Amino acid sequence: MIASALAAVSRLITGAVVEWRSDPHSAAQRIYFANHSSHLDFIVIWSALPPAQRRVTMPVAGGDYWDRGALRRYLAREVFHAVLIERRPTADAPGPSTARASLERMIVALNSGSSLIVFPEGTRSTSGEVGTFKSGLFHLARARPDAELIPVSLENLNRILPKGESLPVPMMSRVIFGPPLRSSPAEDKAAFLAGARVSLLQLRSAS
Amino acid sequence: MSLLRDPAWRGLLSGIGAVLVVASVVGWILSHRATSVAGRATVENINARIRAWWVMVLIFLVAVATGTTISILLFGFISFLALREFVTLAPTRPADHRALFWLFFVVTPLQYYLIWIEWYGLFSILIPVYISILLAIRTTLAGDTERFLERTATNYWGLMICVYFVSHVPALLTLRIRGYEHQNAKLMVFLVVVVQMSDVLQYVWGKSLGRRRIAPAISPNKTWEGLVGGVLSATALGTLLWWVTPFSPGAAALMALVSTLMGFAGGLIMSAIKRDRGVKDFGSLIAGHGGVLDRIDSLCFAAPVFFHLIRFFYAA
Repeated sequence: MIASALAAVSRLITGAVVEWRSDPHSAAQRIYFANHSSHLDFIVIWSALPPAQRRVTMPVAGGDYWDRGALRRYLAREVFHAVLIERRPTADAPGPSTARASLERMIVALNSGSSLIVFPEGTRSTSGEVGTFKSGLFHLARARPDAELIPVSLENLNRILPKGESLPVPMMSRVIFGPPLRSSPAEDKAAFLAGARVSLLQLRSAS
Repeated sequence: MSLLRDPAWRGLLSGIGAVLVVASVVGWILSHRATSVAGRATVENINARIRAWWVMVLIFLVAVATGTTISILLFGFISFLALREFVTLAPTRPADHRALFWLFFVVTPLQYYLIWIEWYGLFSILIPVYISILLAIRTTLAGDTERFLERTATNYWGLMICVYFVSHVPALLTLRIRGYEHQNAKLMVFLVVVVQMSDVLQYVWGKSLGRRRIAPAISPNKTWEGLVGGVLSATALGTLLWWVTPFSPGAAALMALVSTLMGFAGGLIMSAIKRDRGVKDFGSLIAGHGGVLDRIDSLCFAAPVFFHLIRFFYAA
């Protein structure tokens, strides 16, 4: 109930025009990967999914934002069923081990049969440009080679709720779900990540 | 429904209903006649437009029949959607974010609230005086001079077209006209029917007889034949509707003529904006028509002039 209402509000505020270049209703396990410029990003993707897919899809979000405050925590855990990950190394968990712990949480979610929404740039871009991809996507693809990798292009969300702002301005945005990625995780890590990034950029230029 | 006790309302509603039914039947016949690929695409678009018309007319008439508050809310919401389409195409930068938030969530509701409390003195100057100054101050304080003039001017003009101009449609409800008390909703229907029918008739005349283009650089679909045919037939329609207004037949003809000419200019101005920004439509909310702003472009520019002519010549 809350989930459907929230999805409707999100569609109203972001006026998202959704375009599918792959089967929206496919039952395949999927890893949606998108460019990142706003806290609204995963909500917009999640709202654009058909309800059946929405129920099995878990967004991956930064615990430093979504685990703070009762409302955010409730939304992240109970409504979106987000996989919350730590992005900043803490005193008792230095850099590489936080990354590994985050990756493990995502793989656990995939092993339970869920689909994931991930942002391989790792952080929000301020310019609207797509930055380089971190290696997480590669490791996920290697852990679950049968999951479909779906590039998702998000446009204009950096103008609706930019980094550093807390109130949205309602502009229209676009969400394009691309066809599943062809390259296999058997290839070299750098080539795989570059290929994944290009597949996302192609969705933007082809529009 | 107390409206139905007024013969003018019964006439308006049955007339509008009849036009929609005839349009739907013609569309259905056309869809069985079209043979070429291009012809079929045109007919498909016409039928999508007619279906959308049913929905738009229904929403508009239900709001009008429900009363002043709902009519004001409807146009407030239309302004909100239109401004969203406009600002999406504006060259905004992150420094505009806070100012834009105010335009959407404070200025737009305030403008419509002023109509609701019938405070004409502030309604008519809020945006041209106070907001134009405050918007410039807020944008300047944000400290980003990159394309400053273009950004500030565009946001202001968007607010004028989408909120200030549009708000003059429900503002018709606040005019006090002697001998026409509690009937102003019919003025709103008169304006919307005449201006929108002028768009439709210009399209019909243009599609069937259009040869000489008026402004090929702006809009290839606007022709002299379409303009003259559409404006004259919509003016004739407005004249025939004189009995639902406080106007004499001659005055109704003049009001309709001015409104349709303003409407035509509005459509042309908004087409020039779309050309400048490199888009065909402002949005895709209304199937077959494009965005909200594509549908109301003519109304935006006709409403303030219609409002002030009535206020000058008829209001007590």
